Amino acid sequence: MSKIDIQNLDLFYGPFQALINVNLAIEEKMITALIGPSGCGKSTLLRCLNRMNDLIDGVKITGKVLIDGENIYENGTDLVMLRKKVGMVFQRPNPFPLSIFDNIAYGPRTHGNMNQAELEDIVEKSLRHVELWDILKDKLDYSALNLSLEQQQRLCIARLVAVTPDVMLMDEPCSALDPVATSKIEELMAELKKHYTILIVTHNMQQAARVSDRTGFMLLGKLMEYGETRQVFTTPKEIKTEEYITGRYG
Amino acid sequence: MRRFKEFLIEKIILLNGFACILFVILIFFFLAKDGLTLFKTVSPWHFLFGTLWNPLAEPPQVGILPLFLGSLIVTLGATVISVPLGMACAIFIGEIAPRWIRELLKAGVELLAAIPSIVIGFIGMTMLGPIVKNLFHLPTGLTALTGSLALAFMAIPTIVSIMEDAISSVPRSYKEGSLALGATHWQTIHRVIIPAASSGIVAAVMLGIGRVIGETMAVMMLTGNASVLPKTILEPVRTMTATIAAEMGETVRGSEHYFALFALGLVLFVITFFINLAADAALHQKQK
Ligand SMILES: Nc1ncnc2c1ncn2[C@@H]1O[C@H](COP(=O)(O)OP(=O)(O)OP(=O)(O)O)[C@@H](O)[C@H]1O
Ligand SMILES: [Mg+2]
Repeated sequence: MSKIDIQNLDLFYGPFQALINVNLAIEEKMITALIGPSGCGKSTLLRCLNRMNDLIDGVKITGKVLIDGENIYENGTDLVMLRKKVGMVFQRPNPFPLSIFDNIAYGPRTHGNMNQAELEDIVEKSLRHVELWDILKDKLDYSALNLSLEQQQRLCIARLVAVTPDVMLMDEPCSALDPVATSKIEELMAELKKHYTILIVTHNMQQAARVSDRTGFMLLGKLMEYGETRQVFTTPKEIKTEEYITGRYG
Repeated sequence: MRRFKEFLIEKIILLNGFACILFVILIFFFLAKDGLTLFKTVSPWHFLFGTLWNPLAEPPQVGILPLFLGSLIVTLGATVISVPLGMACAIFIGEIAPRWIRELLKAGVELLAAIPSIVIGFIGMTMLGPIVKNLFHLPTGLTALTGSLALAFMAIPTIVSIMEDAISSVPRSYKEGSLALGATHWQTIHRVIIPAASSGIVAAVMLGIGRVIGETMAVMMLTGNASVLPKTILEPVRTMTATIAAEMGETVRGSEHYFALFALGLVLFVITFFINLAADAALHQKQK
C-alpha cells in the first residue's frame, strides 16, 4: 500500500478549477518531486495533503486523499492529528518571532504537557537532526529571527522534526537560499528520507533530478506524468514533459 | 524648475515637522513659567503630597494628593475595564470574525470614537449614574466607578483600533506555520499572534490610558467632584482635569490659586508625556 494515495482530486478556487482529476500514489520513505510551470497547481496539491487549503475562503474539494489508508477529507477528520502527522516546510523560512528554543518546543508544547527536561531533550535531538546543535547550543534563547536564512530553514525543519511527523511537505524550500545553502539542505533531505516520506515542490529541475526518487510533472492543474525520476528525466512518455524538462517553456 | 519645487516642498515639510516640536516646547514653557511660580510660596512637597485642596480658604490649601488619587482611581478603573474588553474585541475583529462582521465592527468602533465626550457624559449621567446608585445602594450615582465606566467606553475605540492593527499586521506565515504544526486556532492566537503583536498591544494600552487621563468633560459630569481622599471606587472623587476645567474660570489671575492650577496642568502634562513616551518605546521596541 502506498503511503499517500490521491484519487480523483478536483479543487476549485471559487469558479476556477486549480486541480483537475489528480491521481497520484506516493511511496513511503521516498522523496517525490513535483515539477511544472508557475501556476500549474503544485502548491495547491501539496496543501491538499495537510488540508491547509481549508483556510482559504471559497475552496471546494472533491475526491479522496488516503493517508495510511484513511481518507483525510472524510467528515470528522481530526485536523490537529493530521497536521501533526503531515508537516510542512514553507517557501520562505518562517520561524516564529520567539527564541530558538521556543520555536522547536512549540509543537511539543501544543501537543501535550511536557516537563522542561523532556523539552530540552527534544530540542537537542531535533537540532542535531538538522545539524544545528553544535552551532546553536549556546544560543538557544536568542531570537530565531537573527539566524541566516539557511539556518532559519533548517530550524523550521527541526521544528517539524520535533512533532515527529510521518510525512514532510516542502514547498520550494530552497528558493530563498543561495546555491551553497541549497546543496546543504539537499544533503539534509537525503538524510531525512530515512525517516520520513517527503514531497517536495521545486522549480529547479536539477534539484528534482538530484534529490528525488519519483517525479510528477504538472501542467494547468493536471498531473501529466508520474514515474521514477530517472525515467521521467531521460525518457519521458509525454511530449509536454520533454518540452518542459528541456527548457522549452516554464 | 522642478528641482526648485522639490526643494521647496521638502523644506516646507521640514518646517512643519519642526513647528510641531516647537509648539510642544512652547506649551511646556508656558505651563512651566506660571506653574513653577507657585513654588515661591508653597513647597513642592506640600503641593504634591498635601491632602487638602481648598484654594479659596485663607490661607489657600493647594495639596493635590486627593486630585491625583482621584485621577488615578478613575484611570485604573477605566483601564481594568477597557483593556480586557478592547483586547477581546481586537482579537475577534482581527482573527475570528468572518469578513462582513469584521467590516461592520470596524465601522462601529470608528463611530464609537466619534461620539463627543459630552454626549457620553450626558448618557452616563442620566442612565449609568442611576444604575450604579441602585446597584450598590449609594447615596449618589456620581462616583469614581461611574466615571471609570464612561471613560472605558471612550478608551475602547483607541485600544481596539491600534491593537487590531497590530494583530492584523502579524505576517500570515506565522499563522500558517503554527497551524501546519497542528496547533489549534486558539493556540495559534495566544502563542504566536499575540506575542508577535505584543509591542503594538502595549502601545494600544498606553495610548488608551493616555486618552483616559486627559479626558475632562465626562469625568467632570460623572464623578461627583468631591476633592476628598478616595477610599473606595464607589465614592465621588475629583480628577486633576476636572479641577482645572472647573476652577480656571473663577480664579484671579496671578493668585496662588491661579498658579496652583498651572502647576496641576504641568503635572498632568508630565504624566501624559511619559505615557506617550512609553507607548512609543513599546511600538518601536526591537526584538533581541
Ligand atoms: N487563494 C487562491 N485563490 C484563487 N486562486 C488561487 C489561489 N491560490 C492559487 N490560485 C490559483 O491556482 C493556480 C495554482 O496555484 P498554485 O499556487 O498551486 O501554483 P504553483 O504551481 O504552486 O505555482 P508556483 O510555481 O508559482 O508556486 C494558479 O493559477 C493560481 O492563480
Ligand atoms: Mg507554489
